[in-house]
Formats: sequence, C-alpha cells, structure tokens
Amino acid sequence: MSERNLTCIGCPLGCMITVTMQGETIEKITGNTCKRGEAYARTEVTAPVRTVTSTVKVTGGSLPVVSVKTKADIPKEKIFACMEELNAVKVKAPVHIGDVILENVCETGIPVVATSNIEYKCSKG
Amino acid sequence: MEKELVIIGGGPAGLAAAVAAYDAGVRDILILERDERLGGILNQCIHNGFGLHTFKEELTGPEYASRFIKQVQERKIDYKLHTMVLDLSGEKVITAMNRKDGLFQIKAKAIILAMGCRERSRGALNIPGYRPAGIYSAGTAQRLVNMEGFMPGKEVVILGSGDIGLIMARRMTLEGAKVKVVAELMPYSGGLKRNIVQCLDDYDIPLKLSHTVVDIQGKDRVTGITLAKVDEKGKPIPGTEEYYSCDTLLLSVGLLPENELSKKANISLSPVTGGPVVDETLATSVKGVFACGNVLHVHDLVDFVSQEAAWAGKSAAAYLEAAGAAADNGTIQHHTESEPVLITPAQGVRYTVPVYLHPEEMKEQVTVRFRVSGVKKDCAIVAYQGETELLRKKRPVVAPGEMESVVLKKEMLSGNEDIRICIE
Amino acid sequence: MYDAVIIGAGVTGCACAMELSYCEGKVLVLEKESDVCCQTSKANSGIVHAGYDAKPGSRKAEMNVRGAAGMEELCRRLDIPYVKNGSLVISNSEEGKEELTRLLNQGKENGVKDLQILGKEELLKLEPHLSPEAKYGLYAPTAAIVCPFELTIAMGEVAAMNGVEFRFREAVTKITRPAQKTPEAGKTPEAGKTAEHGTTPKDQGGFRIETTKGIIETHTIINAAGVYADEIHNMVSSHKLNITPRKGEYYLLDKEAGEHVSHTIFSLPTKAGKGVLVAPTTHGNLLVGPNAVDIGEKEGTNTTGAGLLEVLEKSSRHVADVPLKKVITSFAGLRAHEEGDDFIIGEVEDASGFFDCAGIESPGLSSAPAIGEYMAKLISAKLELPPKDNPVKERKGVTRMRELPFEKRQELVKENPAFGTIVCRCEEISEGEIIEAIRRPLGATTIDGIKRRTRAGMGRCQAGFCLPKTMEILARETNQSIEDIQKNGEGSKYLVGKTK
Repeated sequence: MSERNLTCIGCPLGCMITVTMQGETIEKITGNTCKRGEAYARTEVTAPVRTVTSTVKVTGGSLPVVSVKTKADIPKEKIFACMEELNAVKVKAPVHIGDVILENVCETGIPVVATSNIEYKCSKG
Repeated sequence: MEKELVIIGGGPAGLAAAVAAYDAGVRDILILERDERLGGILNQCIHNGFGLHTFKEELTGPEYASRFIKQVQERKIDYKLHTMVLDLSGEKVITAMNRKDGLFQIKAKAIILAMGCRERSRGALNIPGYRPAGIYSAGTAQRLVNMEGFMPGKEVVILGSGDIGLIMARRMTLEGAKVKVVAELMPYSGGLKRNIVQCLDDYDIPLKLSHTVVDIQGKDRVTGITLAKVDEKGKPIPGTEEYYSCDTLLLSVGLLPENELSKKANISLSPVTGGPVVDETLATSVKGVFACGNVLHVHDLVDFVSQEAAWAGKSAAAYLEAAGAAADNGTIQHHTESEPVLITPAQGVRYTVPVYLHPEEMKEQVTVRFRVSGVKKDCAIVAYQGETELLRKKRPVVAPGEMESVVLKKEMLSGNEDIRICIE
Repeated sequence: MYDAVIIGAGVTGCACAMELSYCEGKVLVLEKESDVCCQTSKANSGIVHAGYDAKPGSRKAEMNVRGAAGMEELCRRLDIPYVKNGSLVISNSEEGKEELTRLLNQGKENGVKDLQILGKEELLKLEPHLSPEAKYGLYAPTAAIVCPFELTIAMGEVAAMNGVEFRFREAVTKITRPAQKTPEAGKTPEAGKTAEHGTTPKDQGGFRIETTKGIIETHTIINAAGVYADEIHNMVSSHKLNITPRKGEYYLLDKEAGEHVSHTIFSLPTKAGKGVLVAPTTHGNLLVGPNAVDIGEKEGTNTTGAGLLEVLEKSSRHVADVPLKKVITSFAGLRAHEEGDDFIIGEVEDASGFFDCAGIESPGLSSAPAIGEYMAKLISAKLELPPKDNPVKERKGVTRMRELPFEKRQELVKENPAFGTIVCRCEEISEGEIIEAIRRPLGATTIDGIKRRTRAGMGRCQAGFCLPKTMEILARETNQSIEDIQKNGEGSKYLVGKTK
C-alpha cells in the first residue's frame, strides 16, 4: 500500500486529495469534494494530463500572435512537444475563437483551437 | 453629453455591470475603456481556469471576456475604446479623452467604477540594487509575451507567488525560458494552490517561501539577483544570501485597486483594501456612484468579479429607477434613509466588502466577501450580530490568497448592532 | 577641428554648451552615456540652494549665489518649472542654534538675502509636519526647486539649436597634444593670450582626443566629466586630481504625499554633505534623501538596504510621519567629491586650453548656469570667438497636456489626435507628448530619455502599463524594431526576441 497526496487542479478550491494505491491499482480516493476531483486524482496517478495554452503566430492581424489552447487535456509528457508543434504554426488573420489551428496535436487526436479573435490589421488611427 | 449610466472600465467588471444594468431596464449606458479592446486584463490571461462558476466550463481569459463582450454587443450597449477618463467630480461629471472625440465631458446620473487594479512596482518594495532593464511586473511581461509576442528574457527569477507570477513562471518556461526560482516573502503562497501544482511543480520550479530579493545586479540589463531568507517580520536574515544569475526579474507582489478617479470625486476609500467603502448595494459614499471588481477589492477569481459587477449593475438600475420615480412625483429620493449596520472584520479577517448594510432596505440577502489575515486549518467562518451567531461555515483551510464569502440573509438580522465576521 | 570639446553632458556640460553656443565656434559635447543627464545630474535633489552653505570666498559660494540668482529667469527662458519654495535648516537642539547662526552669517557674507532664524512656533506654522523635536530653523526664502532632468535637457537643447554637436555613447580613452606647430610667419600671438610658450591654443595644435569611436581634434577642452573628471584631467596634467564618488540614496514618493512638506527641509549639515532632506519636487512628488557614502566604484549607482534604512532614519529626525508607504521608487546618485572640497573651475595650469569643471558636487545644480557662463567667457576670450548675431536663447518645452486648460487641450487634440491618446496613465502623458520628445532637437532615443523628457513611466505604476506602448511609439518614430529598444545605455534592451 502506498499513498499519494495531490492538490486538485480541477477548480480554484485546490482540494487536498489522498490516493491510496495497491501497486498500480487505486484502492481509495479521499479528500476530494466533487466528482471532478476524483477523476483528476485517477488520471493524475496513472496518466496525468494537462490543457496547454499558448499562442501561435498570426500574419496580417491586429496583433502578431493569437492565443490558443488544446481543446481537451493532452498527456503531460507531450506538453513540450505540443509547444514545438505550435511554434511552427503560422495562421492568417482573421482568426476567431474556436477556429481549429491544428487538427491533431502530437498525434493525440486532440485539436488546438484559437481562444481569441484577431481581426485584420486596420490602418493606423 | 448626458447619460443615465456611465461605466468606467470595459474589463470583466464593467462588462458584467453593463449587461446586468441593461437587463434591469437601463438603456442609456456608456462604457468607457482606455485600451483598444474590451475585456481588460483578461485579454492577456490566455491560460484556462476561468468561468467554472459562471459558465460551468473552463475557459481561457479571452474566451471568458468574449462571452461578456458578445452580451454587451447583443444588447447594443454603447462603448468607447481608447478612451481615458481623466477626471471624475463628486457631481458625477466625467472628463474623458480619445483621439476621435477629443476632450469631452459627460454628466451621468449614475456611475459604476470598474477601473480594475494595477500591479505593485519594484519601487514600492524598496528592493535595493541597480535599476537596469529586465525588471518587469508579471502583468507587463504577460502582455508582452501573450499579446505582443515578445520574450522579455531567457533566465528568470520571480519574486512573489501571486497568481500572475505563478502563471508567468509556466508561460515563460513553455516559451523556452529557464525559470530558476519563485521567491515569496510570506511563509505561504499568495496564489491559488492549483497554480502551485500546475505552474511550478509540473515544471520543477522551486518555490522559496519566506525569501525575498535583497539585491539586483547589472547596470544596463539584469545580470543576477540575490535572495535571502526573511525572519517572521519579513526582514532579511544576514548570512542566508544566495545569488542567482538571471537576465530577468518578474514581480508578482500584489495588486492595488486603481482609485485615482475615486479620489478626485472624494469617494471614501478603505485603508485596508484601497477600494471604495460600499454598502450592500455596492454604493460608494458619493450618491449614485457604485463600484465593483478589482477597483473595489482585489479578487482572485473573475467569476466573482462578474457576480459582484452584476450586482452593482442591478443596484445602479434600482438607483436610477428610484431617482426617476422621485423626480416624477417631485419628492427627494432618500437612498439610505435607515441607520446602516457596520460589518466589522473581527479575529482573523482583514476586511469585508461591503463595509455596512441597511437592514431595512436590503434585498433578501447580501454576499459579504472578505480575506483572512493568515493561514488557518480546520476552522470556521462565523458571523455574529451582537452576541447572536448568525451563521457558521466550516472550512478545512483558509488562506489570505483566497477570497472567502458568506451570505447574510435579511431575516437573520435584527437591530442596529454591528455584524462581526471572524475565523474560529 | 573643433574650437571646444565638452566632455560630459550633465548639467555642467550642458550649461557650458549652452553658453558657448551663444558664440561663434565649432563645439562638440561628448558623452559616454546614451543621453544628456545620465549620471550625477540625474540623481539629484533638484534644489536651488540659497547659498549660505559654502565658505565665503570659495568657488562654491560664488557660483551658487550667482547661479541661484539667475535661475528663475533661466527657467522662464527654458520653459521649465521653477518653484521658489524656500528652505529650512532644522536644529533639534539648543546648541544647534549656534550653527544656524553661523550659517546665517555665512549666508549674509555670501550675499544671500532674507535669511532668518525661526523658533519652534513659527517653524510649525510654516511646516506642520516638522518633527516635534524641532527647535530652531534657518529660513531661506530664496531657495527654490527645479527639475534636474528638465534643466539639463533644456540647456542641451538650446545648445543643439545653436549648432552645438552632441555625440552619445562615446567615451574618451586618451587625450594627447599633437606635435606643436611652428607659429606661422607674420602672425604674432597677442599679448594677454598667455599660454605655453606665449602662443594661442590654435597655434599649439590643440588636443587630440581618442574615444571609443575615433579621433577628435580640438583647440580646447572643457572637462565636465563628473565622477570621471579626475581621470580626464589626469590625462593632460601632472597635477593629479582625485575624485571620490560619494553615493546618495533617495526615495521618491507618490504625488499623494507631495504636500507633506512645502519647503525644502534640511537637517544641520555635516562634513559629508547637507544631510538628508525632505522636499517637494516641481512635479508634486516628495523626495527624501540623500545619505552620503564614499565609494570606490564610479558606476556604483545601486541602492543598498543599509543606505535606504539610513535615509529613512535620518529623515525622521527633522520631519515627522514621512508616509513611506507611498514610496514609488528609490534610486542612488554619485556626487563628484574632490578632496579640496571646492569646485575646481578654470584653465589647468600645465595644460593650456584644457579647462576643468571638476569636483562639481552640491551646490552644482544651482551653480551650473554660472559655471557655464564663466567657462564660456574664458573659452571665447581665449579663442577670440565673437558672439553670434541672433543665437537661440529661449526654448519651448514639451507640451504638458495635463497642465493646460480644458479648451486648449481640446484644441490640441483636434489639431493632432495623438494628443488624445493617453499612454502613461499615472502621469497622464499622451502619445503626442512622447512623439514631441522624440522629434525635438536632441530628442529622446531611449525609454529613459522619453521618461525624463515627458515623465511617461515616472508615476506610481513605474511604467507597468505604458512600457509596451512607449516602446512601440519609440520604435516607430526612430525606425527601429521594438526588440532593439533600450532603456538607457548599451546593453539595456528590454526584450530578447520574439516568442514565435
């Protein structure tokens, strides 16, 4: 039997969760105050995942970058690979919230979508 | 120009206040925003974690803002961008300026203050050392990285474990910088626990509690900083100095409500929060002027800003309605006729918002938000009026970094004795 | 070949440049930093001292009284703020009264007007926030405050408008005298133009200045190099100078604290200087400092924990309840202290054509205009430079939107919409003002340059909000990429690249 203490990142409450493990199997999860917490603890001890938020380059836009996120969590170990793929992407303005920037980031099957609106660069003034 | 309601600030507070005021029947609304877009600081907060309360889903800052911007646009609420409010008088005359309209004045019947806050600067901390390039407040760095696409540095030390600092530790790391350490003066973090996990622990960035920067080296650009451990009083302990070479120092050492305009209008401010003293309708000491969001007190969650702002919007609408009715039948309207009851922060509580309420006029309930003064485990938030216990709410842990709240119901209250909120 | 090269673009160098620019002649100002007013003049109390401090008969006394007397008119011509707020030297003890009396008599001897010693009651009437310990005060109603940046920049601008050349980021490494030319036949040196071997500097071939960027030849040199004035002097003279950088640390407080005192409040002077003062600034902030610590490092403009504490402690001796919660920044400056404890101004005995302005510590700012005038007189006489017919003597400052009446501001925005965009919220500085600061003679090339010319970024948020926008404007106006924008000197870039 082993215990792992986690701080839930599911919401700002940050519940302290204790996961009791028997080898690779989860015996007990305590300390969570909602279902999200349990789900978080379950994946965190087996295959931790995170949402990645970053930016990608935009050409012709009112700003030079547009913010993006992975539409769902991706495996934690793929965060930097994901960043690398994003760094190679260049999109053209306009970009709108929800626009797919990458169909399948790092072969996770998860798309990266825009999280802000970038319009064409208007003339100065 | 004359307006029923002017909202100063088009960030999350201003937007939510506008929408709520509109929905409560106000039509002649104008939002004044100094930046080039609505949404305020949310536009640079590209991380997720916003909106769990409001929209039941996790959104990024710009997404959260866009939901409210959409609501404002759907209601065709008027707004002016690039517009800086320069003055506010006690008579509710706003002086503002932009390129297009030049310098202009608006006489408003009601005003909602939603100017937000600013970051405490290096100067305010008196950190000794040189004054080179490479020292940024975390928010400035956030804007540069997330909106302008620039890297402020490659090797970073962060002072202050406020949420923006933690978020920027991760953000800079993802963009290829090496974040060497996050130092925090207090023995606890000023940020949310989740951010310690997902911004520091995930990337093996050490958090040094009870540490501060005692020297900044580098005449032109930062070349390094020295950290030292501090004693209980926050004074550096000689002999504990540690040098870190770095080209950047980010500061996330607190936010200050921006009440320069409130001061010009002679609105009473709380020495603790730096924000206006308000009653249960979020009305300030100047009649018809309301405040919400970070200009009132610094929040850690935008969802609560939106809630508070919506309340301010409704209150302003009610005020305008009452004022209108009073004007119609020729009577002078008294908003605060009854004796107010003070809400006083007692043991373990630093401040409360609101600071007082009017038990007779108040709606069914009022949310009292507050911050605790220290970390405490297995405790309860208790509200008393006189000797009567109004409510008791168990909390596994409370910390200054996380805002707390209690809901006081009208039926709980009786008499004019002060209400005390404390931690037991 | 230049007629004169001024080494150092601080307040003294710029005063010399301005005064010399009223004469014909080719003048160059060499500065190792990126702008005027970057070193000693930058971190300065901004006090126009009445003139009672310096020993009668000293250069300090002479120049201070003369400089202070002309300051108000000079500031009017330069369109910069000047506030005659008066000063008080406070003694907390009975014995101190003696010292105050000595200062009063000294002041009288120096020609300072209206000095008087006040008792506690009168003092508190003038300054309610004085320490309750205060017993006596020397009141000098003629003392004033100016903004050291604006004074230096404005004098530099006038010089530039009159054709003086300024070169920045160029440091002097060596000064030699080229091989002496033989006097041309038929030209005899005039009597009175005594120099080495009875020749004029022009005949001697002047000086050859090696800098980090090249070689410059000049007939004369004015050494206004601040803490480096000894190094420059010692390049040409065998009578060595030794300048000790004497550090002074300051706090600058928010405008909300600006009315804590209205006069400049000194404690009794000590050997090391006039002590820690508390004073309003011309822009309504409150300044507290400086201490005085001799250091070896000529670039040691860092503040220290101990120093800042010392300032705090000392200021509380004569002023009560300084609201230190309102500190918006702290900084340190270096005074150029020379062992002789007096200004060294004039031609160097064993280096004809080389003029020192060395050891210019307090009251250097007050004295600068007088020193400039004196230097210009010496040089123009030596080189027989005739006065210019119509030199520029007045200058219009950067527009100060927030100080203008409503209608005037409306008009300005209509004419130029850039005045309608506020960039620095704390100080209410518009884009139009920033553009003006960049485009004017001797315009800003760095973020600090913009700050000192407009105050953008000098307010309570210390550029937290406006920095990105100011960088953008500067990049656009100077055709640089934003990544190349510098704070001040070489190597002070803000950004290390793009994220993508």
